[in-house]
Formats: sequence, structure tokens, C-alpha cells
Amino acid sequence: MVVFALTYHSCRVSLRVHQNPIGKTNEEHVNSVPKIIAQRLLLGLLTLFVVSIIIFTAVNMLPGDFAQAILGQSATPEAVAAIRRDLGLDQPPITRYFTWLAGVLQGDLGTSFAQANFASFVGEDSGTRTTVADQIAPRIKNTLFLAGVTAVIAVPFAIGLGILAALYRNSAFDKVSNVFTLTSISSPEFFVAYILILFLAVLNPWLPSLSNIYDGMAFSDRLEKTMLPALALTLVVTAHMMRMTRAAIINLLASPYIEMARLKGMKPMRVIVHHALPNALAPIINVVALNLAYLVTGVVVVEVVFVYPGVGQLFVDSVKIRDIPVVQACCLIFAAVYILLNLLADILSILSNPRLRHPK
Amino acid sequence: MITLLWIIGGLLALLAISWVLRKLAQVVSGNKPLFRDMPLAVAFGYVLGVVVLAFGVWLWFQPNAVFFRWFVQGLAISVVAAYAFRLLGRTIGTKATKKAFRQMPLTASFGFLVILIYAICAIFAGVLAPYGQAEVFQNVNVLPGGNPATGGDPAHLLGTDQIGRDLLTRLIYGAQNTVGIAFATVCLAFLVGGSLGFLAAVFGGWLDNILSRIVDVLMAIPSLIFALLLMTIASAWAGSQQWLLTVYMVLIIALIDSTRVFRLARAVGQSIVVMDYIEAAKLRGEGLGYLIFREILPNATAPLLAELGLRFCFVFLTISALSFLGIGIQPPLADWGTMVRDLAQFINFAAFSPLAAALPLMAAGAIALLTVAVNFVVDWMLHKSSGLKE
Repeated sequence: MVVFALTYHSCRVSLRVHQNPIGKTNEEHVNSVPKIIAQRLLLGLLTLFVVSIIIFTAVNMLPGDFAQAILGQSATPEAVAAIRRDLGLDQPPITRYFTWLAGVLQGDLGTSFAQANFASFVGEDSGTRTTVADQIAPRIKNTLFLAGVTAVIAVPFAIGLGILAALYRNSAFDKVSNVFTLTSISSPEFFVAYILILFLAVLNPWLPSLSNIYDGMAFSDRLEKTMLPALALTLVVTAHMMRMTRAAIINLLASPYIEMARLKGMKPMRVIVHHALPNALAPIINVVALNLAYLVTGVVVVEVVFVYPGVGQLFVDSVKIRDIPVVQACCLIFAAVYILLNLLADILSILSNPRLRHPK
Repeated sequence: MITLLWIIGGLLALLAISWVLRKLAQVVSGNKPLFRDMPLAVAFGYVLGVVVLAFGVWLWFQPNAVFFRWFVQGLAISVVAAYAFRLLGRTIGTKATKKAFRQMPLTASFGFLVILIYAICAIFAGVLAPYGQAEVFQNVNVLPGGNPATGGDPAHLLGTDQIGRDLLTRLIYGAQNTVGIAFATVCLAFLVGGSLGFLAAVFGGWLDNILSRIVDVLMAIPSLIFALLLMTIASAWAGSQQWLLTVYMVLIIALIDSTRVFRLARAVGQSIVVMDYIEAAKLRGEGLGYLIFREILPNATAPLLAELGLRFCFVFLTISALSFLGIGIQPPLADWGTMVRDLAQFINFAAFSPLAAALPLMAAGAIALLTVAVNFVVDWMLHKSSGLKE
């Protein structure tokens, strides 16, 4: 019985949201908050460290090595050896790993194959954008902008709809929104994106379907070009946040103090906003943070659809041309953001637990 | 900006109208409890519903709202088909299936019907499709519709793509390839994740610890990102052999998704392992294989089956996303993700040829429809089994 209830819950939850990889927050009522948070932070850093090892190992499983990849088939052995020495490829893997890690920590992500020429490897940089960091830095800004716009639209929208669905549960509104959210959870991102393009850009030319964003653009222009990708991402993440908000509030509605508030003659909206919502905040904050982490993955496909110049698009392009340093760097960035947001979800849910904040 | 103001103004006007209507209803009906206790928000909801309905009717009669009409027709057809399928299931079959169909909501019977149609398409693709999936024809970019006057060709009902492959054929073969590969992947993921999860649950101790930590770390990397990283390496290994890349993709996604299966199998297994009947079986001297296959597995079928459905959705979406990005299933195999990418530019012609614009949406919709159908069925299964146990 218990098994079933548990799996039922976890199945509904696991739809679209990955379980929190960092840890669980039960059985910790005895510890103090700062100690738990310190533990979580340490665990998060450890996870990040191990993930960097995995990424490094995976990249080193490539057949051949960087030097051959740069120079191609017809390279002379001397040239290959020179580059190998220059990049430190003749060192043992552990040394190379720590050199790479030290570089990453200082913001040096290596040199991109696609942009590179021989000169840039022997130290005579021609001044063009050849390092990975130069390529990624402006794109991170764009991606963060897209994610930010999405969050600003999606979070209030999802929580508002969730509260409404909880308030009028089992009504026609609730059922329609249930089918609608289930459908948008199940649709691939590009389906949602192309439907939006069809209706908002092609049939009714209200918004631009290509997000050609460049530096020095006016904020309003930039916002207009970001709108369609942000809407597509909103549709993808809203559904899940809304379902969780609804479930968290309905869960609480069965408790005695809500019954009491209702019997006092309070209005249903007030019962929910003043009595249920504060206690449902912990799971809601958690699911918001997890969904922002999910945006990290969703952003890749959506950026490709709208040709949005973000990290996701760069990542996919580099995967296609096997530009390993860029792939490695993008992967590390995505994983780091994902882990940090999960960590944030974890810490916020600890902080919003009143039993932990006010120990006896 | 002006549009936004109009929308807000319209909603405020609706709010005022609903307040007036509620007042009117209270006066006319002599303060019946239904109207007396109705919150303004509910009245607003009713008015909004009526307005949306009226807008829908108005839109239906607009000459260029082709997609809306298709959408409504499609919805109506699926409701009727789901109803008919449920009726059929209630009259034909064994006692148990008849009973199941009697209790089934319309969404679940729709899900079953869709899954059945996809299965038939996938298994009999060679018979159903008019041509071979890699067959290339002379006339390229034939528009769909089959009418020569509008750039169609009766031999190619849905037209051909830019190198002259029949799109109807590729849509049907897509069921075989995309769904088949996703199904194989999910089976592999369950085999690996499920068996390791049960082993971890039964043995516990260091094996459980090591496996769980590995899974924790693997799950800390977002799955699509990890898949893309590994696919880069796989494409270097596969070289020019495209079929090998597809095999690598199956292995990579199975590995990534088996971590999620492991988590569930371990959790379910652990709650079963502490039961008395497992203790009894151990004392009887039963071996490990007997314990896992005869004692644990039968009791873990229901949650695992539900997970199988959801996991299939995830794998299916991941494979489609990879193919859409151009790194998944490789040509000459026909698949829906690649079709969406190849046909995407047709969307820009929606005003001139709605059918052509619908082509990429058809491929993407085929993916969405199957996922929705599986979700509906899983939803019902979980609801049923949790309802029975309470």
C-alpha cells in the first residue's frame, strides 16, 4: 500500500523533473540549519568535482587525440608532436586533468578547434576569437536573459493558475487545465515551439520568429526578439509547476486548521492565500528551483528552433562539428548550473521548513 | 503593448459584466442560494467560458482559420473514436477486459486506441506504406494534397521532400523506427537498471552503496546534456558507419535512463525485501534468482509497469530531440524528429498552403500524440491501482 502511494507520487513528480541528485531532507530535525546547509554545500561541491572528472574522462575516450584532430590526417609527425607538447598532451591524464581544472577555475576554457589555426596553438594568437571563453561569454549572457524572461513570465503564471486550480478543483476549469498541462508536459519542446511560430509569427505576424540578438541592442527590441522562445519555454515549464502547486495546496486542504478556518466562515480564496499557501511554500519553492534547473535542458532545443544565439545553440553546433573543447566547456557549464540550482532548491526547502528554523 | 492594454481592458469589462449578471440573477431568481453564495470569481469564470465558446464559434466561420477547424475536427474525431473503441471493448473480449473497459475513462480508452494504432503502424509499416522508406523519386518538393492543380501528385498523397522521398511512407516508417528504437532502449534501460536496483536492494551493504553513489553522480548531469556529450564521442568512434551511431545512441540513452530506473527499482525492492514472506523464503533456503524473480518481481510489477510507461515517454522524447538536433537516428532510416527538422521551413508557407505547413507539425504531433496517449493510460492505471488499495 505504502509502496504504491509512494511510487504514485514519485511517478507524477518525476514527470519532467529529475529527482534531486544532491540529497534528501528528512530525518534531520536534530541538526542545526547552518550545519545542514554547510553539509549540502560541501556535497554540492563534491558532486561538481566528480562531474568534472566524468566529463574529462568521457572526452579523453575519444579515438586519437586533440593534436591529430586539429591537424587532420595528412599532418607530419613533427607537427603533431609539437602541438601535443604545446597542449601538454604528452603528460599523464591526472596531471592534464588538474591543469585543465586549474585553467577552468581561472576562466581559461581552452582553445576552440573550429576557430583555431595553427598559430593560435603555438602561442601567436592573431587576435580573433579563438578561445572557448571568448566564444561562450556573450552567449551565456543571452541564455541567462532568455531564462530570466521565462522565469519572470512562468513563475507567477504557474503559481496563480495552480492556486486557481486548487480553489476550483474538480470543476470544468480544473479538468481542462489538467488535460492541457498533461498535453504540454508530454509534447516535445520543438512541437510547442513550432506551434507558437505558426500562430504568433506566421499566421498572425505579431512576434519575430528568428531571435537574431546582438550586442548593443535596445532592451525593448531584445525583449521582443526573446519573447517567442521565452513563451515556448514557459509553456513547457509552467505545466509542471502548476500541477505541483495545485497538489501541494490540495494536500494541505485536508488538515484540521484549514477546516477550522473554513468553519469560521472565511472566504475560500482567503483560506488558501493566508492559511494554506504559507505552509505550501516549501514544496512550491522547491519545484520552482527544480524547474529552473530543467530550463537548462529545455533551452538547448528551443534555442536551436529559434536560432537564438545562446550557449545551447553553440553546444549543439559544436557537437555536430566535434569541437571538443567547446563541448566540454558547455557541458561543464550546464552541469554546474543544474547542480547549483538543485543545491539552491535543497537549501531553500531546508530554510522554508519552520521546524528546522525554530528548533526547540 | 496596445494589444495588451486591450486584453486587460476586455477582462475588466468582463468582470463588470459578470458582477452585473450575478446581481441580475440574484434579483430574478429571488436570491436562490446558488446565486447568493456565488463568488465573483466563479461568475467571472462562467462569463469567460461563454465568451471563449462564442469566440470559438466565430473563429470556426472565419475563412482562413483552417488550423482551428482541423483542430476541432481532430478533437471531435478522437472523442468519437475513443467512445466507439470503449464500446467495442465492452462488448468483445474476455470477462476481465470487458470489466476493465467498463471502468475506463474516455482519456484512457483514447490512449489505448492510439497505442494500438501506433503498434499496428510500426509492425506492418512495410505493408501499409506505399513505397520503401529510402526510395527517391524524380519529382522533388511535391506539395501535399494529391491535387495536380495545386502542385500535388496523386501518387504522393502527402507530397515529397527536398530530395524526393515520399512523406506518407516516411511518416509510417517513422512509427517503426522512432517507436521501435525508443522501445528497445527503454527495455535495455529496464533490464540494466531494474536488475541492478533489485540486486542493490537484496544485497544492501557495499554493493548498494557503490551503485547508489555512481547513480547519484550520473543523475547530477542533466540527461540531454550528458547524452549530447556522449554522442559527440560516439560519433567520433562510429566514423562513417551511420548505423553504428544509432546503436551507440541506444546504449547511451539506455545507460542514462537506467539510473532513474535503478532508483525506483531499489526503492520498491527495499520495501519488499523487509517483508516477512521474503524472510520465510530466505529461511527455506531459496536462491537469489528465486528471490528476485519469484518473490520480489511479481510484487513490484505494478509500479515498474507505470514507470515503464513514463520512462518510455522520456526516452522517446530524448531520442526525438536528439534526432531533431541532427545527432540521433541517422538517415536513411526515416524518423519523426529528423522529419520535423527537414520540413520546418514549410511552416512559413502556412498562409498559402496550410497542408504543407502542417507537415512538420504532423511529424511533431505524432511524437506528442503517442506521449500523451501513454501518459493517459499510465494516469488511469495508477489511479485505478491506488484507488483499489485505499
